[in-house]
Amino acid sequence: MKILVPVKRVVDYNVKVRAKSDESGPDLSNAKMAINPFCEIAIEEAVRIKEAGNADEVIAVSVGDSSSQEQLRTCLALGADRAILVETEESVEPLGVAKALKEVVSKESPDLIILGKQAIDGDANQTGQMLAAMLDLPQGTFASEVEIQDGIVQVTREIDGGLQTLSLTMPAIITTDLRLNEPRYASLPNIMKAKKKPLETLSSSDLGLDLSPRQNTLKVAPPPERAAGIMVEDIEQLVDKLKNEAKVIT
Amino acid sequence: MSILVIAEHDNNELKVATLNTVAAAKEIGGDIDILVAGMDCETVADSASQIPGVGNVLLANKETYKNSLAENIGNLIVELSEGYSHIMAPATTNGKNFMPRVAAKLDISQISDISAVISNDTFERPIYAGNCIATVQSTDTIKAITVRTTGFDACESSGGSASINSIDNDTNAGVSSFVKEEIAESDRPELTAAEVVISGGRGMQNGDNFSLLNGIADKLGAAIGASRAAVDSGFVPNDMQVGQTGKIVAPDLYIAVGISGAIQHLAGMKDSKVIVAINKDEEAPIFSVADYGLVADLFEALPELEAKL
Repeated sequence: MKILVPVKRVVDYNVKVRAKSDESGPDLSNAKMAINPFCEIAIEEAVRIKEAGNADEVIAVSVGDSSSQEQLRTCLALGADRAILVETEESVEPLGVAKALKEVVSKESPDLIILGKQAIDGDANQTGQMLAAMLDLPQGTFASEVEIQDGIVQVTREIDGGLQTLSLTMPAIITTDLRLNEPRYASLPNIMKAKKKPLETLSSSDLGLDLSPRQNTLKVAPPPERAAGIMVEDIEQLVDKLKNEAKVIT
Repeated sequence: MSILVIAEHDNNELKVATLNTVAAAKEIGGDIDILVAGMDCETVADSASQIPGVGNVLLANKETYKNSLAENIGNLIVELSEGYSHIMAPATTNGKNFMPRVAAKLDISQISDISAVISNDTFERPIYAGNCIATVQSTDTIKAITVRTTGFDACESSGGSASINSIDNDTNAGVSSFVKEEIAESDRPELTAAEVVISGGRGMQNGDNFSLLNGIADKLGAAIGASRAAVDSGFVPNDMQVGQTGKIVAPDLYIAVGISGAIQHLAGMKDSKVIVAINKDEEAPIFSVADYGLVADLFEALPELEAKL
C-alpha cells in the first residue's frame, strides 16, 4: 500500500504575523518558515501506518516554490521514502493546489492520501476535501483516529459537540486534526539520511495546469484593536465591575 | 442574485448557525432559498420556512442524507446549484466538510469563513489566526462561501412563510458509511451559541481541576471551553477547544482562566464583547486583550468567584 502526504510550507506557528503598513499583504519578511503543523501530523500518521506494516511507501508532495524543498527534506527525515515538488512561483489557491495534487495522484495511484485539515496561513480548510471531490473519493476530515482493515479505513472525526466514526472504501482521503498523534522529532542520523532520499521536481506548466488565482486580494489589514482594559485588585472588584460597569452579569 | 443557504441541523432541530448564515445572505441581498437535507427532518424544514425573507425551503428527506456524509450532500448541492449566484453554509465542522467538495466539482475557488460582506463578490475573512483581515474579491460566477457565525448576528427565526418543496434527488456516492457518533451530553449551552463562556488553560494543571469551573458555569449559564494547551495536555476533549483550529466564539462575556493567551487561542475569542482574564503571571499576553484582568492564583480565585456570584 502506498500513502501520499501533501504538505505545505508556512510561517512558523510561533510567529505573530502582521499586515504590511500599506495593507498590500501580510508582512512575511524574514519570518521563520516551517512545515504546517497539521501536515506534520499527517506525515507522522503515514509513517506510523508504514511502521505498523500496513503500508510499503510514504511519498511527501508539496506545491510551491523551490524553497518548499526544505519542508520536503523534513518529511524525508521524519520517515517519508521519497518526495515530489510541484514547482510554481505564483501563490496558488487551494483549488489550484488540489488540481496539481490530482495530477500527482493519477501518476502515483496511492491507496491513502493524508493531509492536514488546514494550513495556518490562509486558514482555508479546503484542499483535502477539494482533492477528494475531484477524484470522487470518500473523505474523513478532522481525524482523531485512523484504523485500516482490508480495503476499508475507519476514521474517527472531531465534529462539533463530539466524535463521529465513518467507514471509507479505499482509496480514501483523510485530513488530520490536532489529537491524531504527536509528531516525533527528526533524529540527526535521519536528517543526514534524508539528504540522500529522492526528491523529484515537476513544474506546474509541465503538468499543463492553469493554477491562476480566482480571487483578488484587495487588501490585508490589521484586525480592529480592542480598547485597553483595566486590572482589578480582587474578585470582589471584578464582580462589581461585571455587574455595574459592563452589565454582563446580574 | 439568488442564494442557496445550506441548513445546519441534527434532523430534529434547526441550529442557530443557519440564522447567522441567512443574516450574511441578507447582507448580500437577493432571493434566499434554504436546503434542508437529512432524514425525518420535516420539523427542521418547518422551522426554516418560518425565517423571514426566505423564499423556498428545499427538503431532501432521504436515508442518503441522514448523517450528512460530505460525499452525498456535496453531490446533492452540485445538482441543485444551477441558477444560484451564491451557495452558503455556516463554517461549522459540517459546512467545512462538504462545501469544498461543492466548490471543486463546480470548479470554483471557495471563500472560507467570511466575517463581513462588502458587496456581492467581495468579502472579509480572517487569515493568519485572525492577525490579519483579508478583503477578497471572487471572480467566479458562482460564489461558494462558508460563514463565520460570530461575524453575523442571527436573523429573526419566525414570522416568515416560505413554501416547502420536497425534492427527490438521491445522490448516494456509495463510498462512505456512518458507523457511530458520540455526542457529549450536557445541560450547558453549546460553546458557539453561549452568551457566557468560561475557559481553562494549562494553568488548570489537570482535567479534574476543570470541575472548579462547573459551579461558576452553572451560576452564569455558561459553556465551558479550553485552550489548545489544555487539550494538548489531555485535560479535556478537543471539542472544548476555543481557538484558530477549534471553535470560534464571541459571547457577551468570556472568562479566561489560567490561559496565557497564545495567538492561536486569541484567534478564537477576541471578538467577545467583554473579556475577563485570571492568571497568576502578570506578563501573560491574555491581559492585552482583557477588559478586566486579575492577577491571582486561580485555585483561590475560582472558589471565591463562585461564592460571590
